[in-house]
Amino acid sequence: MTRRMNPAKRRYTRRLAVSMAGYVITLFLAVTLFGRDGGVTGPLAWLLALLPGLCVASVFWAFGRLLVEETDEYQRMLLVKQSLVATGFTLTVATLWGFLEMFGLVPRVDVFYLVVLWYLGLGIGGCFTGSAGSCRGEGDAA
Amino acid sequence: MINRLKVLRAERGWSQADLADRLDISRQSVNAIETGRYDPSLPLAFRIADLFGQPIEAIFVRSGREKNS
Repeated sequence: MTRRMNPAKRRYTRRLAVSMAGYVITLFLAVTLFGRDGGVTGPLAWLLALLPGLCVASVFWAFGRLLVEETDEYQRMLLVKQSLVATGFTLTVATLWGFLEMFGLVPRVDVFYLVVLWYLGLGIGGCFTGSAGSCRGEGDAA
Repeated sequence: MINRLKVLRAERGWSQADLADRLDISRQSVNAIETGRYDPSLPLAFRIADLFGQPIEAIFVRSGREKNS
């Protein structure tokens, strides 16, 4: 019998989709309005510039909710381990890159790419922990 | 900690998925507990014990190394 995605993971997926949709819409809006003649100034400019970032940041809120709402304790432990690997990976790469950048060995990279790195780290963490859907399979379904 | 989960499950002819459904956890969790990669919390251990109608200590046993420590 195949177990479907549990309610906590379903909610997480839905929140992720809403966050990403919000990101695409607000980014499009910001780029369009900033690109117009005269652009945008004042508080509206700040709001427009922050909105895409807030949408991306809500992904972390969604992950936090997943940790709280996941009722399967083993799965929750795997998620915590994954996020620790992701955080360690991101901070390590960011630190190393920072020094390489300081000595002019690598180009400057926008810091919002750290989110992409964190999610990459989440995938790497999945490989180490053997989480469901990770690159390491789990045997013995007998 | 070692456990008799696989034996108890086999006695009832349940698959890991069957047991997972009865405990409302994932099959991966059942697999992890059976293979000793994960020791369940006390509440989950009680649920397992209730399901099999046995006391916790009849299902979960300390391994020799833990006894000596």
